[in-house]
Amino acid sequence: MLLEIEDVSLLYGRIQALHGISLTVDEGEIVALIGANGAGKSTTMRAISGIRPVASGTIKFAGEDITKLRADLRVRRGLCQAPEGRGIFPGMSVLENLDMGAYTRRDKAGIAQDLARVLDLFPRLAERRKQAGGTLSGGEQQMLAVGRALMSRPKLLLLDEPSMGLAPMLIQQIFTIITEINQQGTTILLVEQNAQQALARAHRAYVLETGRIVKSGTGTDLLHDPSVKEAYLGVA
Amino acid sequence: MTTTIDPPERRETAADKLRQGRHAISERWHHAPRWVRWVLLVAVIAFFYALPNKEFYQYLGPIPTPGANFTQVMFTVSIYVLLAVGLNIVVGFAGLLDLGYFGFFAVGAYTVAVLTSPSSDVKTLWPWLLVVPIAIALTMVSGVMLGTPTLRLRGDYLALVTLGFAEMIRIAAVSSEFLKGQRGFNQIPHPPGEYADGRPWFGVLDARPYYWLVLTLIILVVIGVRNLTHSRVGRAWISIREDEDAAQLMGVPTFKFKLWAFASGAAIAGLAGALFAGKQNFVNSQNFELLNSIIILAAVIFGGSGNIVGAIVGGGLVAYMIERFRGIELFGVELYEYRFLFFGLVLVVMMIFRPQGLIPNRRRAAEFKDRRKEVIVGE
Ligand SMILES: Nc1ncnc2c1ncn2[C@@H]1O[C@H](COP(=O)(O)OP(=O)(O)O)[C@@H](O)[C@H]1O
Ligand SMILES: [Mg+2]
Repeated sequence: MLLEIEDVSLLYGRIQALHGISLTVDEGEIVALIGANGAGKSTTMRAISGIRPVASGTIKFAGEDITKLRADLRVRRGLCQAPEGRGIFPGMSVLENLDMGAYTRRDKAGIAQDLARVLDLFPRLAERRKQAGGTLSGGEQQMLAVGRALMSRPKLLLLDEPSMGLAPMLIQQIFTIITEINQQGTTILLVEQNAQQALARAHRAYVLETGRIVKSGTGTDLLHDPSVKEAYLGVA
Repeated sequence: MTTTIDPPERRETAADKLRQGRHAISERWHHAPRWVRWVLLVAVIAFFYALPNKEFYQYLGPIPTPGANFTQVMFTVSIYVLLAVGLNIVVGFAGLLDLGYFGFFAVGAYTVAVLTSPSSDVKTLWPWLLVVPIAIALTMVSGVMLGTPTLRLRGDYLALVTLGFAEMIRIAAVSSEFLKGQRGFNQIPHPPGEYADGRPWFGVLDARPYYWLVLTLIILVVIGVRNLTHSRVGRAWISIREDEDAAQLMGVPTFKFKLWAFASGAAIAGLAGALFAGKQNFVNSQNFELLNSIIILAAVIFGGSGNIVGAIVGGGLVAYMIERFRGIELFGVELYEYRFLFFGLVLVVMMIFRPQGLIPNRRRAAEFKDRRKEVIVGE
């Protein structure tokens, strides 16, 4: 198991956002976490990344207990998140943003190699390399966030709603890239409201409802599960 | 046939021209050959070294202050510039709101006073130069002590805690027996050094050597800060300022770098305090009003937070303008009495029309645009 979350609860002040959730991600997988707005998907990501402390439970990464580990050290262990929405550095150029993704690394040759790979994956970013991140369109910012996370060469890539607010064409494109990244050897935990696409691409998936995991299975199973269909795929 | 231009359009072109003009200046500066930039820089620095000489400033028309000794004013201005450069690290680079920056200045000045003055209870009577590094170290330690519990928290805690800190220092200065309140510490020694004939460099009457000393230190500090901002440390600060969560997600140890920014800012204020004490010869509780913290913060924002040149210009202009009002009478009222009214007015106008400051940082400008977009998106 690359990532093992066991019975994790998380509080925002007095509001409990996660009620003892457990999930696992195996090496090489794409695992999807789907759920409605406010279900606690981003909160789960924050707990894994370590930018919010958990109230109870354990998080293990590559066999090591990282529950209490500082967020920046988790990045060094190979865990990197592309945050939800506008999580890029608005005043930095595209290249500077990507460079921040490699902040924990010192191997110049490897960084240059990954930069070439990211610009190859996202030709739009290559065109706008000198432009300030804040002046990019929503889709370009989303791509920048994914590319920046890749620059840390993570073992596990956490993607929080990479398709949010994008035009259908772009959604298709970003999901294709996600599959491509996975085939190149990066394990992915994918949070999505766009359940159709996420389930179609994922090896396995979990359904989150008000801070609890209510269902899990392979992507295809859940895609055909009647209750999932009704609640998340807009099919009666 | 006559062509008429409707007013809105004309106003737009005027504004555009202004913007283009400003843009052209910065463009020209950035594209000028290296040697031109160096010559200009040396000329500006030479101008400021020459400035406090009467033989020079008497030709500068309205620039010398009518109501106060211009050389003394320039010393005060230089101290404010040093403080603005230091606070700019905290507020401008790392994006931390420090409302009590002058408290660190007070710690520096009082450290020198207590350890050197004969009126102090400890009676160490150490020379000024020996105490300066101690003053810097102590302010840095107080910065770390203040920052460690608060910088872990998000949001406005730091602003409140620093505000409380400065007020605590002020109250301690006013009422504690050890810090001598209004009576203060006298006979604080001057910096060392003397001419061949035995006269000291740093005397009581002539403020010029102090000004030159501070100016030299400003140049050194600016070189140091510039180097820092172009390094990994600078990148980390900027990322924290732009988006702290994202910085953490990229593996930046945010707490450590915030603490560094906070403590180095504090150290510079400590240095300024030590210089001030060595010049004034006397330190008492009246020197450390809360208003000073606000003025420096306003100066940094006014000049262009995040930009070293902006901080220098902001600190210098604000300190100078306040003194410039002295001795000017209009309809029988001394304008100096109303200096903060003008100051406040200028700030309000500034924040409406140019919130990124006089000489903004390129990134900051983009961040501001981004934030404005965010507001629209959020509506
Ligand atoms: N910073 C916060 N402070 C307080 N409550 C929060 C915060 N962030 C999220 N929440 C609450 O936690 C719950 C889960 O939010 P989130 O994880 O963002 O949901 P999702 O990403 O699935 O849409 C929601 O009820 C939300 O209101
Ligand atoms: Mg979310």
